[in-house]
Amino acid sequence: MKIVTICGAGIGSSGILKVNAERVLQKLDIEAEVVAVDLDSLAAAAADAQVILTSAEFVEAIGKTWADVIVVENYFDTAELTVKLEKALG
Amino acid sequence: MPLPALPSSAVELGASADDWRSAVRLVGLALERSGAALPAYADEMVRMIEEHGPYVVIAPGLALAHARPGPTVVADGLAVVTLATPVAFGHPHNDPVSVVLGLAIAPGGDHLGAVASIANVFNDSGAIEALASATTVDDVQKIMADS
Repeated sequence: MKIVTICGAGIGSSGILKVNAERVLQKLDIEAEVVAVDLDSLAAAAADAQVILTSAEFVEAIGKTWADVIVVENYFDTAELTVKLEKALG
Repeated sequence: MPLPALPSSAVELGASADDWRSAVRLVGLALERSGAALPAYADEMVRMIEEHGPYVVIAPGLALAHARPGPTVVADGLAVVTLATPVAFGHPHNDPVSVVLGLAIAPGGDHLGAVASIANVFNDSGAIEALASATTVDDVQKIMADS
């Protein structure tokens, strides 16, 4: 299982998503590798990813992908992340 | 995983900003005052939002302004600016913004350590409101250290 988080710089917001996704996955007892990248590195990083976590601004730029694209509104709301990850992975 | 230092020079409370650009520039100035970034870093933070949209508004009322690690970063650093009047960034869910964090990460810096600490602070859903209503720099440093 591979999950990619995306933002413009590949640090900061995508890093926060990575950290909180890992916390949620651990609680859900799901093993996954979570990678934070910037938009430019997306194609390589997402080639074998099941899930992409990001904000609405990047959905169009992500383009065509096999992965489930999950749009996160509040990056600090682990309850929101839990619901959305459970739905995508369950 | 420590949070980058938050010296009092990197905190500004009740600031006035006309729009999101001036809010981001204020937090850029705060990073400059604390010695974390050069003036051009503020331009880069503004450019990230111009290029990619208001995605830096990662929670209701909170923007995490940042750009890439690069030559305009002097040292890992964090800054906090609270706004007297919240400004809109154009985010569909999380506007208006009353707290702007500025994050500068030096090339090769521990950005995941820094953001993990930021997550520790803000996974407490009361932290943004507490920062927005803080009246002293000391309060802000206590809230941000609470991880």
